[in-house]
Amino acid sequence: MTCPPFEESVAARTRHMRERLARAAGAVGRHVRVMEVCGTHTHAIGRGGLRAMLPGNVELVSGPGCPVCVTSQRDIERMLVLARHPGLTVCTFGDMIRVPGITSSLERERSAGADIRVVYSPVEALALAEREPEREVAFLAVGFETTSPGVASVLLQAHGRAVANLSVYASHKLIVPAMHAVLDGGSRIDGFVTPGHVSVVIGPEAYEALSTQYSIPCVATGFEPIDVLEGIGMLLECMAEGRTGSFVQYTRAVKPGGNRRAWDTLLRAFEVADAEWRGLGAIPSSGLRLKPELRHFDAVARYAVPDIEPVDLPGCRCGDVLKGLIHPPECPLFRTACTPRNPIGPCMVSSEGSCAARYRYG
Amino acid sequence: MCLAIPAQITELDGARAKVELSGNVLDADLSLIEDAREGDWVLLHAGFAIEKLEPEDAEETLKLFAEMGEATGDVPSV
Repeated sequence: MTCPPFEESVAARTRHMRERLARAAGAVGRHVRVMEVCGTHTHAIGRGGLRAMLPGNVELVSGPGCPVCVTSQRDIERMLVLARHPGLTVCTFGDMIRVPGITSSLERERSAGADIRVVYSPVEALALAEREPEREVAFLAVGFETTSPGVASVLLQAHGRAVANLSVYASHKLIVPAMHAVLDGGSRIDGFVTPGHVSVVIGPEAYEALSTQYSIPCVATGFEPIDVLEGIGMLLECMAEGRTGSFVQYTRAVKPGGNRRAWDTLLRAFEVADAEWRGLGAIPSSGLRLKPELRHFDAVARYAVPDIEPVDLPGCRCGDVLKGLIHPPECPLFRTACTPRNPIGPCMVSSEGSCAARYRYG
Repeated sequence: MCLAIPAQITELDGARAKVELSGNVLDADLSLIEDAREGDWVLLHAGFAIEKLEPEDAEETLKLFAEMGEATGDVPSV
């Protein structure tokens, strides 16, 4: 399966792709559910108006791929406690700032006087800690395998230079165990659009066992709407031919074997551990914790953040959305009580959340 | 949050680099990739180069960004 040459315009490629999709969907001949497990794909599907371009028997379902959305309520509440620690500067990716806790958010804590800074890169947190050694800096480390190798590199650099005033709240997640959990949780999925930039790191081989076990094709897909259409087309062609396996649409960046150096860096700082996800609950071996030799960077231990028994956000069905059990409009709060201006759940907060994408793009 | 975009290395200093991205110069950490040289294209995510790109692949992604922007009036999010 090859992509058309890129000299062709996007409009022409889109037209050809829709014809290819229609043929493949016809050959499949039944209703199929295709899940994307990356918030950036969710956003691209909305932005490109892809739902309207697909044949009627192809349903797109969003999965647990937005890092902010899958962060458990327990972690959110504990991050808020950490942010209130006197004298501490908390650095966070911007997506986290408005995620609601039961009684607060990082944004509200900042208005109330907490020193919370939005950073584009974990390198900025390290630079701040080194520039101002008397300042205590904690970084809220969320994200999938695209992001965690960079955080690992920062930790290894901090360790190498004996930086004593930096810590992290480690809440990284691994995507493949979550895909297993979705399937085991009762969502019928016929194909996965797998995340392009996670796949850059872990390689397309990482999905092969899942593909075999559940007889489901997987296609690592790029992020422009035409990429996503092509990825879905490849999945439908696999289904039509009864093929499973892990394939790559996003050959511009995803290489066989992934980025070993990034993965090795990750495993020098972190070890695989059980993790708690919003909606999916505890999933074995689905997260990362600091390796013993780096545990002095653990913000939870350093600032004695207590465990907090999480309370569900009242009425919020983000958990069912993340499991692919319902589409956002099926939540009674969608567009009524829960909007991007006044979000109740994290899937409405993050621009990559499936509720926010549905709200904005329909 | 897994956005990553092609950028070109303009200056190298060990594992630190300056990269150019649509006319803007940004800092990049190269510790996750091997044998980076000035002029190389990389995929930049949260301040880290996570993969090297062939120039024609970087060009194709940037071309898709641009065409999509024209088609929808949307600015590709970075």
